[in-house]
Amino acid sequence: MNQQALIAILLLSPVVGFFLNGLRFRSKNYILAGTIATLAVVISFVCSVLLFLDLVGMPPEARRITANFFEWIAVDKFKVNAGFVVDQISSIMILIITGVGALIHLFSIGYMHHDKGVTKYFAYLNLFIFNMLILVLGDSLLTMFVGWEGVGLCSYLLIGFWFNDSAKAAAGMKAFITNRVGDAAFIIGMFILFMTFGTLNIHELNALAPTALEASWLGAVTLGTLMLFIGATGKSAQIPLYVWLPDAMAGPTPVSALIHAATMVTAGVYMIVRLNPLFISAPNTMMVVAIIGAATAVLAATIGLTQHDIKKVLAYSTVSQLGYMFLAVGVGAFGAGMFHLMTHAFFKALMFLGSGSVIHAMHEEQDIRKMGGLRKYLPITHATFFLGWLAIIGIPPFAGFFSKDEILWKAYSSSAGHILLWAAGVIGAALTAFYMTRLMALTFWGKSRVDKNVHPHESPISMTIPLIILGILSVIGGWVGIPHVISQYLGEVPNFWEHWLAPVIRILPLAPAEHGADHEALEWTLMSVSVGVAAISAISAYIMYTKKEGSADRVAKAFGPVYQLVNKKYLVDEAYFKGLINPLIRGSKNLWYYVDVNIIDKATYKVTDIVRGGGSFVKSLQTGNMQQYAMYIGVGVVVALSFVLMR
Amino acid sequence: MMLSALIFLPILFAIVMAFWPQKNTVRHLAFGFSIIQFILSLGMLQRFDASSAALQMVEKSVWIQRFGISYFLGIDGISVMLVMLTTFLVPIIILGSWNSIDKQVKGFHSALFILQAAMLGSFLAMDAILFYVFWELSLVPMYFIVGIWGGTRRIYATLKFFIYTMAGSMLMLLAIIFLMRLTPEVTGGNISASILDFYKLNIPFIAGDFLTPQTLLFFAFAIAFAIKVPIFPLHTWLPDAHVEAPTPGSVVLAGVMLKMGTYGFLRWVIPLFPEAAEHFAWLFVLVGVIGIIYGALVAMVQPDVKKLVAYSSVSHMGYILIGLFVMNTYGVNGALYQMLNHGISTGALFLLIGMIYERTHSREISKYGGLAGVLPHFTIAFVIVTMSSIAVPMTNGFVGEFLILLGSYAFSPIVAAFAVTGVVLGAAYMLWMVKRVFFGPKGELITNAEHDHAHALHDLSAREFAVLIPLIIMIFWMGLFPNHFMDYSKASVDHLVKNKMDYSIPMSTNTAQTGER
Amino acid sequence: MPETNIITTIGPEHYLVLSALLFSIGMAGVLLRRNLIVLLMSIELMLNAVNISFITFSHYSGKVEGQIMVFFVMTIAAAEAAVGLALAVSIFKRFKEVNIRFFEHLKG
Repeated sequence: MNQQALIAILLLSPVVGFFLNGLRFRSKNYILAGTIATLAVVISFVCSVLLFLDLVGMPPEARRITANFFEWIAVDKFKVNAGFVVDQISSIMILIITGVGALIHLFSIGYMHHDKGVTKYFAYLNLFIFNMLILVLGDSLLTMFVGWEGVGLCSYLLIGFWFNDSAKAAAGMKAFITNRVGDAAFIIGMFILFMTFGTLNIHELNALAPTALEASWLGAVTLGTLMLFIGATGKSAQIPLYVWLPDAMAGPTPVSALIHAATMVTAGVYMIVRLNPLFISAPNTMMVVAIIGAATAVLAATIGLTQHDIKKVLAYSTVSQLGYMFLAVGVGAFGAGMFHLMTHAFFKALMFLGSGSVIHAMHEEQDIRKMGGLRKYLPITHATFFLGWLAIIGIPPFAGFFSKDEILWKAYSSSAGHILLWAAGVIGAALTAFYMTRLMALTFWGKSRVDKNVHPHESPISMTIPLIILGILSVIGGWVGIPHVISQYLGEVPNFWEHWLAPVIRILPLAPAEHGADHEALEWTLMSVSVGVAAISAISAYIMYTKKEGSADRVAKAFGPVYQLVNKKYLVDEAYFKGLINPLIRGSKNLWYYVDVNIIDKATYKVTDIVRGGGSFVKSLQTGNMQQYAMYIGVGVVVALSFVLMR
Repeated sequence: MMLSALIFLPILFAIVMAFWPQKNTVRHLAFGFSIIQFILSLGMLQRFDASSAALQMVEKSVWIQRFGISYFLGIDGISVMLVMLTTFLVPIIILGSWNSIDKQVKGFHSALFILQAAMLGSFLAMDAILFYVFWELSLVPMYFIVGIWGGTRRIYATLKFFIYTMAGSMLMLLAIIFLMRLTPEVTGGNISASILDFYKLNIPFIAGDFLTPQTLLFFAFAIAFAIKVPIFPLHTWLPDAHVEAPTPGSVVLAGVMLKMGTYGFLRWVIPLFPEAAEHFAWLFVLVGVIGIIYGALVAMVQPDVKKLVAYSSVSHMGYILIGLFVMNTYGVNGALYQMLNHGISTGALFLLIGMIYERTHSREISKYGGLAGVLPHFTIAFVIVTMSSIAVPMTNGFVGEFLILLGSYAFSPIVAAFAVTGVVLGAAYMLWMVKRVFFGPKGELITNAEHDHAHALHDLSAREFAVLIPLIIMIFWMGLFPNHFMDYSKASVDHLVKNKMDYSIPMSTNTAQTGER
Repeated sequence: MPETNIITTIGPEHYLVLSALLFSIGMAGVLLRRNLIVLLMSIELMLNAVNISFITFSHYSGKVEGQIMVFFVMTIAAAEAAVGLALAVSIFKRFKEVNIRFFEHLKG
C-alpha cells in the first residue's frame, strides 16, 4: 500500500476512534467503547508494523518515509508543513506507542468496566494516541510541539478524569501548568534554532548542525538545546519540574501505564535523540542533561524508598528511570537511551498494569501497608509483576539489564561521561532494586494484612492477556541489543539495535584513555559491580520486609529526620507553594487591589474631581440673579471696549 | 457599491427594526438581516483579490469639498478579515442573546445594527474624517447597550467607557485636523483628509526631541487607539464595561470593538508616523509585555468569571500590541491573526458565560464547582474554547500567539522571554478557573439548583448549540488551516512591513469597475 | 468749524453727554432696581439714550443712516415693551410678585 496513505491511516485511525466514542460519550456500553478504541489503535499498530517492514526493506541509509499533507503555517521564511516522517527512530516509537497502547486499551476494558464515563475515557485515550503519534512523527520541531502540547492536554484530561474529586482535578491542572513551564522554554528554544538555522525541520536542522563542538555557554546551539531540554524536563518529569508526575497518579491506572510510564513522559528523551547531532555539538548542554538525569535518577529513587502508595512508588520509579534515559543521552549514548526507553516502556507499563490489577482486586486500595501475601490470590498478576521486577532491577537476561548496563557503561566510558555519573547510576540501581523489592515484598509476599472485608480476586482475562504479553516482552525485549562483550559468547548474535539506529545517530568517540585493549575486562567489571550491587540491595530488602518484621521501622527510626524529609518528598512541593505560587497569588491580589483599584482608578477619579471642581466654581457664578448677569455683561463690554481702545 | 452596501444595509435594517410592528418576530427578523449581511460580506470576500496589496472596491466621492473631506471607502488585506469577523459575529450574537435580552427588544437590535454599521465603517473608511465619524458613532449604540441592558452598576460602567474613549478620540481629532492642514504640501494646494494623502506627508521627526510634530501626532493617535485596545495602564474601563455589559455587549466589545484600536495602530499609527513608531516601539512593546503579565496575574485572582475573562483580554491584547510594534512580518501577521482569534475565542467565552449566567444568575467562581457533572455538553464547549484561549496547538490561538512570539524574538530575545511567561500564566488562570467552576465537588449553586426543580439546570439547548458550533468550527479551522485566512492579509502586511518608511497603498487597477457609483 | 463756546453754543458734545447720562441712569436702573416694571422702563431709557447719540452723529456727519437706525430701534423698543410688559403681567398673575430678586430659579 502507498506509504503516505499508511501514515495517514496510522494517524487518523485513533481520531476516528476518538470521534466515534467522543460523540456518544455518555454511553455506558464499555464493551462497544473499548472495542472501538482498541480496534482503532490496533489498526494503527498494523500500519506501524507495515511501515516498519517497509523500512527494513530499504537500504540502511535511505530508511526514511515522509508524508507531507498540507502547508500549515507559512509566513515569510517561516514555513511549517503538516509533514510526518517515519525513520529508524520514529518507527520504533510508533511501534511502542501503538503496540503497548493497544495492550493498555485492552486492559482498560476490564479495568474501567464499572466506570460511568467509560466511553469518554476511551475517547480521551484515542485522542492521546493521536497526539503522541503526531509528536513522534512530526517532521519539524513545531509539528512535534503540536503533539507535545496535545499529549499534555490529554494527560490533563485523563489525570482529572474523576473530576468530582477536587484533588484529582488539581493534579491534572498541576500537570498541565508545570508542563507549560517547560513548553514555554521549548518555544524559546525553537525560536533560537529557527533564528540560527532558518528552519525548524528536524532533518534540515540535523544536517545543518555544526560538526565543531560549541564551547561557549551562550552559543546559539547550546542555548537552543538547553531551552529544549528545559521543555523536556517538564514533559519527562526531571528536576526541577518532576513534581507533577507523582500527582498524576490520580488518573486511572491504565492511564498511568500508558501516559505516565510508557509513552508521553519519554517524549523528552525521544526529542533529544531525534536532535542528537545538535545536542552533540553543544557539550555544555550534554553535561547539563547528564547531570540532571543522574541527579533525578538518584533523588527520585530515594523518595521511592519511603512511599506507601503502590502507584506513587511506581511513579517515582518512573521519574528515576527517566533520569537514566537522560543520563544516557547526556553522555552521548543515544542508542542506549532509546533502548532503555523501549525496555522501560515494556516493564513499567507491565508494572503499572499489574498495580492496576492489584488495585482492582483490592477494591481501590492503593496503600501497600494494607496488602501483603497477594501472591496466592493473584497468581498471574504476581508472576508477570515478578518478571517486571527482575527486569527493572537489572537481572540478566531480563530486558532492563541490557539497557541499564549499556547506559552505565557509556556513562563511564564515553568521552562525555564521568565516573561520578556512573557512580550515581549504580547508586540509583541499588536504590531501585531496594524499593522495587520492598514493593514486591509488601504487596505480594509475606503475611497478608488485607482488610477482612476485602476479598482479592484475579482479574478477568482481558486484563491478564496484556500482562502476559508485556511480561514476555520484559523478558525478551532486551535481546535485540545484546552488547558485544556478551554476544561473542552466544555465537555472535548481532546487535540489531545498534545497527538499526546507526545511520541516524552521531556517535561520540570513546574517551582516549579507554581505547586500550582491556576495555572488555573493564566492561565486565562494571557490569558485575552494578548487577552485584543491585542483587545485594534486593536481597537485603527481601530480608528486611519479609523475614524480619519491624526491621524496616527500626531503620526508619534510626534515620529519624532524614527519613521524614524523604518521606515528605524533600518538601519540594511545599517549597514551590511557599516560594513561588502563594507569593504569586498574593502579589496578584495586591496588584489588582493597589495598582488597578487604588492607583489607576483613583488617578482617573482625581481627574474627574478636577473637572468637577472647575465646574462647581463656574457654577457658582450663575446665581439666578438677572441683574448680576447684566452687570457681567456691562463689565464685559467695558473690558472688551477698553481692550480695543487701548491698542 | 459593495462596501457602501455593507455599511448602510445595517443602518437600513436598524430603521426597519425600529418601526417593525410585531414584537414577537423582531428577533427572527434581526437574525435574518444579519445573515443577509453575512452573505453579502461573503460576496465581498469572493470578489476580493487576496494576491494584491492594493486598495480594492474603492468608492470615492466628494463629501465636504471645502475641507477636502470625501466619502472614501476601500478595503485591503488589513481590513478584510476584520470585516468578515464583524459580519460573522453579529448573527451569532443575535442568536446568543435570544433569551437574555427581554426588554426593549427592538431598540436593542437597532442599536446592534447601528453598531455593526459603525464598526464596518471604521474598518472601511479611508478618509480621516469619515473614519472619525464612524469611530465616534460606534460609541453611541454601545453606550446604550451597556447603559440600558446592563447590570446593576451599568451607568457607572458605561460612562467610564464612554468618557475614556472620548478623551482619546479628542486627541485623535486634533491630530487629524493638524494633518489635514499639512496636506496642501502634497496635494498641490488642496486640503485633503484622505489617508492616502496623509501617507504621502513627510512629517518632520527628530529623535530625542519630544516636541516635534511627528512625535506629538504619533502620541495623539496612539493614545486614542491605546485606550480602545486597551493598553495597560489605560485598561480599567474594560473590566467594568465587560462585567456590566449584557452578554451580546461583551461579545461585540471583546470581539470587534477592541480590534478597532489595534486596527487603528496598523492602519494609522505605524504607516503615518513610521519614524516615531520605530523610535518608540520599545515603549509599546514594554507596555505590551507588562499588559500580558499584569493582565494574566490580575485575571488569576478575580472572583468573577466575566472579570477574569475581561482581564485575560488585557493580556491577549498585550500580545497583539507586541506583534504590531515589533514591526516584522511574523509579528504583524501574527497580530492580525490574533485579532481574529481573540474575537472568536473570547467572544465564545463571553457567550458561554452568558449562557451559564442565564441559568444560575451568578458569576461568582467560588459558588460554582462540579458543573461538569451536571452540564457535560456545556463543559465540553467551555473546555474547547479555553484551550483556544490558552493557545493549545491545533486551535486558532496557537498560530497567532506563536507568530507573535516569534516576531518578538526576532525583535529582542528578552522581550520574547518575558512575553512567553504569558503562555504559562494564561494556562494557570484559565485552568484554575475551569477547575473551580467545573470540577471538584458540587458547589452551592449546583446543589441549590438540584433541590429546586423550578430552576433545574439544563444542558445546552439546540439554539445554544447553533451559537457555539460555528465558533468551535472556526477555532479548529483557523488552527489547522491558518493559510485559508492568512492568505487574504499576507500581501498587504508584507507590503506594509517592507515599505513602512515610505508607505502608500496602491489603488487596485480594477477600481474603474468596482468603484463606479 | 467755528470755535465753540461750551456755555453759549450747543455742540455735539452736549447731546452725547446727555445721551451718556441717560444711558447711565438707565443702566443703573436695570442693575439696581428690583421692580420688574421699573426695569423695563430703564431699558427703554437706555434705548432712547442710544437713539439720541445716533441722531447726534447723523446730524453732525450729515448722513441719514443714523436716523434710519433710530426708526429700527424705536420699533424694536416698542415690540420689546409690548412683549416685556405682557410677560411681566403674566408673571405677576402667576406669582403675585414683581420683585426681580424673587425669580432665582436659574441659580446654578
